[in-house]
Amino acid sequence: MNVYSRPIVFLVLAIVVISVGTLVTTFIPLFAKTTSTPIDGIKPYTALELAGRDIYVREGCNNCHTQTVRPLKFETDRYGDYSRGGEFVYDRPFLWGSKRTGPDLAREGGRYPDAWHYQHFKDPRALVPDSNMPAYGWLEDTQVDPAVAEKKMAALGFPYTADEITALNGKTEMDAMVAYMQKLGRDFKEIMAAKNAQAAMPASALSNPYAGNKSAIEEGDDIFEVNCASCHGKDLKGGIGADLTAASLKFGGTDADLYASITGGRPGGMPPFKDALGDDKVWRVVSFIQYVRGGGEEAKEAGHGGHH
Amino acid sequence: MEKEVNYEYGVVQGFALSALFWGVIGVLIGILISFQLVYPELNFAPWLTYGRLRVVHTNGLAFGFGLGAIFGMFYYITQRLAKAPLPFPKLARVHLWLFNAAIAAAAVTLLLGYSQAKEYAELEWPLDIGVVVIWVMFAVNIIGTILNRKEKQMYVSLWYILATIVTVAVLYILNNLAIPVGLLKSYSVYAGVDDANVQWWYGHNAVGFVFTTPILAMFYYVLPKATGAPIFSHRLSIIGFWALIFGYLWTGAHHLVYTPVPDWIQTTAIVFSIFLIAPSWASVVNGYYTMNGRWDQMRSNYLIKFLILGITFYGLQTIQGPSQAIRAVSQVMHYTDYLPGHVHMGTMGWVALTASAAIYYVIERVYKTEVYSVPLANAHFWLALIGQLIFSVTMWFTGLQQGLMMMQRNADGTLAHTFMEALKLNYPFWIMRGVGGVIFFLGFAIFVYNILMTIQKGKRLGAAAA
Repeated sequence: MNVYSRPIVFLVLAIVVISVGTLVTTFIPLFAKTTSTPIDGIKPYTALELAGRDIYVREGCNNCHTQTVRPLKFETDRYGDYSRGGEFVYDRPFLWGSKRTGPDLAREGGRYPDAWHYQHFKDPRALVPDSNMPAYGWLEDTQVDPAVAEKKMAALGFPYTADEITALNGKTEMDAMVAYMQKLGRDFKEIMAAKNAQAAMPASALSNPYAGNKSAIEEGDDIFEVNCASCHGKDLKGGIGADLTAASLKFGGTDADLYASITGGRPGGMPPFKDALGDDKVWRVVSFIQYVRGGGEEAKEAGHGGHH
Repeated sequence: MEKEVNYEYGVVQGFALSALFWGVIGVLIGILISFQLVYPELNFAPWLTYGRLRVVHTNGLAFGFGLGAIFGMFYYITQRLAKAPLPFPKLARVHLWLFNAAIAAAAVTLLLGYSQAKEYAELEWPLDIGVVVIWVMFAVNIIGTILNRKEKQMYVSLWYILATIVTVAVLYILNNLAIPVGLLKSYSVYAGVDDANVQWWYGHNAVGFVFTTPILAMFYYVLPKATGAPIFSHRLSIIGFWALIFGYLWTGAHHLVYTPVPDWIQTTAIVFSIFLIAPSWASVVNGYYTMNGRWDQMRSNYLIKFLILGITFYGLQTIQGPSQAIRAVSQVMHYTDYLPGHVHMGTMGWVALTASAAIYYVIERVYKTEVYSVPLANAHFWLALIGQLIFSVTMWFTGLQQGLMMMQRNADGTLAHTFMEALKLNYPFWIMRGVGGVIFFLGFAIFVYNILMTIQKGKRLGAAAA
């Protein structure tokens, strides 16, 4: 007797064998926060944008257009910033596609004015002479149904107002498609623009979100030990790098000064840590340094005894 | 003795003919959409635009032709290997009619734009429920036949059949979970990255458990029957089977290389894709070595040509596929026409050639006669082979060209080509691809004619004998 003469045992065994890869690579990741947490600033679709997205699905646009920019230099040079997981949490279904008969659309929003899109949908070859895209002028012949749109918004749990639904009256499928085109990647571009604006601000205008926060100081201690202590010493008294407990620091000792030193680096050997640590961790380190500078060495040593 | 068993062959023939019917429709649509890419004026009406027709092409051939052939061949192979008839022949008849109704409904709803936009899972939720019902009807008969079997040991083909039945059920149900918002509209229960990961777990394993394991079941059955020689190594069959069905489920994310899906999932998928070369080639080696001392049958037995070229394309496919999973290759080839080139070597080469051999073989056995015309079967073989090679090779060239042009830079570091510059250069290759499709279709039409004439001949002989 063996498994090949027992069909039921064989079936059970087969199910077990196919379940291993399924559980590890597909089922367990469903519970990972990293794949389902929106980036701060990514907004759900409006009723009009959602109607446009559903038309994109209906027409099978995903058969020719992708919506994901790969983190490769030649790709970001062509299409814009690479796609992040947190941009897609409102996408049901995802529309990344698998073939580019047309260009990627992940960063399409804002690339062209609305008028360009209207004309392009009606007659692609009028704007792109060698294009092989079908003409979609007939999208203007059908109007978006506000009642259906409201039902969809409710089903997806997206916020909407009664005015927003009323405003759909008279909107054509073409209007919806153009609105959707302009939504693609728009939120992310705005988030990045805001970040860049913030980076351009003088450091003195920044404030530490964790000033005096005890748990942030403890985490800052850990981050410091891994990233900074090799030069500045575990006790912050310096070595290759400067003594951070000194009464006056060469590049300033305010929160904003420390932030600027850590993120941007300083001449004389201090490297920039903005990309490696990110703002959040940098502020924790700043809080920790200030804590030691304020409480002295004893505080630092006491801290070590406490949580290490 | 065989005569005592009252085998149910009506559904076998019914499914074989259904497969041929959907095959003709699917290939014709394929030809139309290949020319639509070059001549956009061929997008005659909203329901005949490329975006809608392409999914009718893929669903029609994967599920109309592919599943039709699988259902028919599985009903035949299972009964013969079990030496037992189907326990519920009437259920199998209902299965046949429901299957055709479902494929017709699938074609109509997709043309009308009712789509979930997940590749090979486009059908909307009411049809998904229908598919599950159809699958259960099929599973009941197949598993019932196996439980009633007179032959104690299950032969290799039955392993692949059982694995196909359970795995497709799991894949299909989990990937199609959706929240309905109307009779023919729903939203996936998964969003964004999760949806992508679940979809390609499904998508790649649809390839694995519709285009691989069932076709291997046919191959392992028909090759020894046609050659008159047992499969070279039973042990190799065992290792190949378990390693294949274990490894496949890890590989979906190789479709998502460089996307926001977590890197560890991508890398795991790439590693297991490479791993799959081994069990895939276990079957290739088993096929080739079974031919040891019998290679002259390539000339004398038309079925052997189909089977050996089929397994050869399977071997090439299972090396090319894993190579595309590797990041360095994916950078260049992904999103280009290299992908349809790869897919069509598998479908027009491995699947179509092997399934054709199985259908020829089974229809001969059902009517206890020879094929109507061996020369026509040979013509079918050569047209299918040439058509497929033209298709795949042109797509590999133009895909490579497009991929490299997207990466190319000027001396000052700026990108050397616009998207349209690369796209334009596809057009002559796409025309050649269409010509390859037409040649393949001619072969397919000959196939259909030959099968219909074989059935007619068989019926005449049966009437004469009675």
